[in-house]
Amino acid sequence: MIWRFGLYDNTFDPLWMTDWAFAAVLLLPMVFGALGAVFRPSRLLPVALACLPILLAGGVMVLDYQQVGLLRWQWEVAGIELTLRLSGLSALMLLITQWTAAAVAVYTPGYLRLTLPNASVRWLWPLMGLLVSALSLIWLAADLLILYAALESMGLAAVGMLLLSGKSAALQAGMRYLLLALVGSLAFLLGVALLMSQWGTLDLIALEARVEPEPLTWVAAALIGAGLALKAALFPLHGWLTPVHENAWTPVSALHAALVIKASLYILMMLWGILLPETLFAPRLVAWLGMLAIVWGGLVAWRADSLKTLIASSTVGQLGYLMVAFPLVLGPNIAPLPLSLAWDGFWLHLMGHALAKAAMFMAAGNLIIATGESSLKALAGTSRRLPLSLLIFGMAAVTLMGLPPSAGFTAKWLLLQSMVLTQQWLAVAALLAGTLLTAAYVFRVFRYSFDETAPRHDYQPLAPGMDAVALCLAVAAFALGLLAHFPLGLLHGGGA
Amino acid sequence: MNAAWLPLTTLATSLFAAVIIFSLPEEARRVRTYINLLAAVAKILLVIVMVGRVSEGYEDTFSFQIVGGVDFVLRADALGVMFAGLSSLLWLCTTIYAIGYLEGAANRKRFFGFFSLCVTSTLGIALSGNLFTFLIFYEMLTLSTYPLVVHAGSAKALAAGRVYLRYTLTAGVVLLLGVVLLYSLTNDHSFASEQGLSPYLDDHRGLLTLIFALLVGGLAVKAAMVPLHGWLPRAMVAPAPVSALLHAVAVVKAGAFGILRVIYDLYGIELSVELGVTTVLAVAASITIIYGSLRAIAQEELKPRLAFSTISQVSYVVLGVSLFGPFGTIGALAHLLHQGLMKVTLFFCAGNYAEELGVHRLDEMDGAGKRMPLTSLAFTVGALGMIGLPPTAGFITKWYLGMGAIEADMYWVVAVLVASSTLNAIYFLPIVHRLWFREGPAHGKGQWPKEQPLGRLETHGWLLWPAVLTAVISIGAGLLAGLPFSPLDWATRVAVGEYLP
Repeated sequence: MIWRFGLYDNTFDPLWMTDWAFAAVLLLPMVFGALGAVFRPSRLLPVALACLPILLAGGVMVLDYQQVGLLRWQWEVAGIELTLRLSGLSALMLLITQWTAAAVAVYTPGYLRLTLPNASVRWLWPLMGLLVSALSLIWLAADLLILYAALESMGLAAVGMLLLSGKSAALQAGMRYLLLALVGSLAFLLGVALLMSQWGTLDLIALEARVEPEPLTWVAAALIGAGLALKAALFPLHGWLTPVHENAWTPVSALHAALVIKASLYILMMLWGILLPETLFAPRLVAWLGMLAIVWGGLVAWRADSLKTLIASSTVGQLGYLMVAFPLVLGPNIAPLPLSLAWDGFWLHLMGHALAKAAMFMAAGNLIIATGESSLKALAGTSRRLPLSLLIFGMAAVTLMGLPPSAGFTAKWLLLQSMVLTQQWLAVAALLAGTLLTAAYVFRVFRYSFDETAPRHDYQPLAPGMDAVALCLAVAAFALGLLAHFPLGLLHGGGA
Repeated sequence: MNAAWLPLTTLATSLFAAVIIFSLPEEARRVRTYINLLAAVAKILLVIVMVGRVSEGYEDTFSFQIVGGVDFVLRADALGVMFAGLSSLLWLCTTIYAIGYLEGAANRKRFFGFFSLCVTSTLGIALSGNLFTFLIFYEMLTLSTYPLVVHAGSAKALAAGRVYLRYTLTAGVVLLLGVVLLYSLTNDHSFASEQGLSPYLDDHRGLLTLIFALLVGGLAVKAAMVPLHGWLPRAMVAPAPVSALLHAVAVVKAGAFGILRVIYDLYGIELSVELGVTTVLAVAASITIIYGSLRAIAQEELKPRLAFSTISQVSYVVLGVSLFGPFGTIGALAHLLHQGLMKVTLFFCAGNYAEELGVHRLDEMDGAGKRMPLTSLAFTVGALGMIGLPPTAGFITKWYLGMGAIEADMYWVVAVLVASSTLNAIYFLPIVHRLWFREGPAHGKGQWPKEQPLGRLETHGWLLWPAVLTAVISIGAGLLAGLPFSPLDWATRVAVGEYLP
């Protein structure tokens, strides 16, 4: 199990170019973020130019991984060993993070120009930079110290960004999120401290070798699990998610739903893989909650009146799909084939959802800007005036519904196949019901938009590129579904 | 030599057309028309090339891997090319018709964009080389037809769209479950495989039957078999070209075609008979045929009557398949083509009456033959074909189906066929009678509901000629059935391929 996360010793030295790329991936987002605070770009081009070197550096790292295999960096600071490693999975996550974040960044100037936000806007760029750096660090981290530090900075950056919009509702929701995130961090930290005191190491590989199934490990795993579940908005700890997204700026919501909550899920999967290998109960519990999440998220989204609530609730349901896959990946006595199918399906779904959710938030943001209202009713008659935004919304929705030809479909296919092979019929039913529920709430949006009897409004025109960026993400989610073979190739094995 | 580009390009023509149409502005009417027609003609040419290739014995295949064990496969085999030929021919006619029909209407960009996507999906369904690929395009078809069904944007259209989605998406989920179960059992199973699923019969009899039920159950919704037909009459609120395409080719035929694929190319006929599923299917199809006809008689409006007639007619295909014998197969395959041609004609005509005269109800049609002779002639041809009178194409299929029934010793099927033909006559002949032999507004008696002269001819030329063309082809398919490359000839070729491997 653990080798799938690239946690093993067999490595080569990185090339000198990889070191530079590595530094660039971690530092450049923060540097450019700081520059953004100074210059406050209001056009798309400078932002795109700033994204370019970061994307290039990420590309170089992935290429090196393909050529060399697992890469590893190690330092000793004040007697504590710090480890980073680039596995196939980290490479994939890194790519998704960078490209999604770049798309969001390119989207942002136009959004800010049209919404004329308050003075706190200058903080958006450094926070975004910090967020991307922290995320990249999470994918690369191979010891608990770095993991904790990165998780914490990611959480703080996310809270800061969500607070920026300055509305009182946003402040309230943001403060609640901050509080809960801190509780989550504390639980996580407590779990880490328990592990450290018991097994005397923070390095994940060493921990894996030393850890034994005993009550203390289970307590630590439970603490870590609860903390991360809170941060990842896993059902039933998702209550903070909707109000937060409701009031945040669109690019912030997009980044948060696409990447931030996924990072907590990633850590959860990795640490449970170390602490609770082949356990029955904990993953099974998550899966049960996941089934409830699918139904609950779908029902709430179905009843939603506002576009952003709908999308945020859909995140809860979509995370349910991932939760349902937990026992297939972590559970005992899973044959190699279903395990590998579930593993692929899990990450493919996570990536597809990241792309599609970001695209959906952007499309919804465009619709909200254009109509000036965030309710579903305001969409009446938009299909005539805002066809492209709606089309993008629809394409993203296809991925969420898990209909072909999208990443959501391919992922659902893999998960279903794995569940059929392991005879988990309840999970199969949950997945299929999820498709229908998702369709129910998505097509509610379209029912409003296709209404031709609605009165005409004047719509605010969008800035150039705002639709195009979202379209690219939605198309990427489609391409990921059809060409899943290539990204999944990175997932298998440790490397070359 | 494998020309992998051929099926791919055929699929891509309408996909590209859709992308271009979506990227053009709403006002670019002329460019859009050119793109539409160009793509439709190009597609027909490509399909003709494919027909040539298949008759030379090639099966051009394009494939790539999606995930481990699952491939995306497009294959131009005889059965697929048959369906592709039908859809590309009718696409051209319907495109011409739609351009005339939607003249001056709103949202034409959206309409033609999704229209092209819909045809892409249909072509994809035709050329799918395995069940996974089929599923992809089958779901794409659902999604791309929804905007067409709700095109009018009225409360009624939106409600119809909701019903449509409820049926089709649920069916898609059922189908997905069946496909996943099948893949878990057998891994990737190509339609081209000679073997069928018979090696699994001994150990997995129950599972195979279950999978069959799931697959055919999912497909039967689109094929509008009773009791899964509820969406079809409601979807009649869509514009006439959409109804024409949905009924004649795209949606219902996709369902019927899927059932053909499952029985012939996936399970194999022997295995289906062995499992006993064909008898069930034959009974279900017979019930649908009779029920659809009975409901059609009760309809007072033209389009709903045609809709219930479709429900009845499409099940002939399923009936023919389940007869288990070469004649039944030929009848089923030929009916797939013939019914498409005749039904599209009828819907074109219904649209013409509605556009030119505002006629929607049957009792408003008195004497329309004098006012719109060519349209009424085309309608008459379609109606006679549906009843199955010679020399129309409909006669051929009923003949073969009857022969198949006798050959299979299923005499009750003959009774069903006779009953259905009688019912068809009961609901079609009065219309023909009204058209030609009753006196109406054209004779100075009363007034058309909403007359608007659309052209120099009896109606707009773009509306008239497609209807005439499809009517001529449906007669031609009957008269010239013995010539090579006629629908019957091609159906025979496919059937012989199935029975004499």
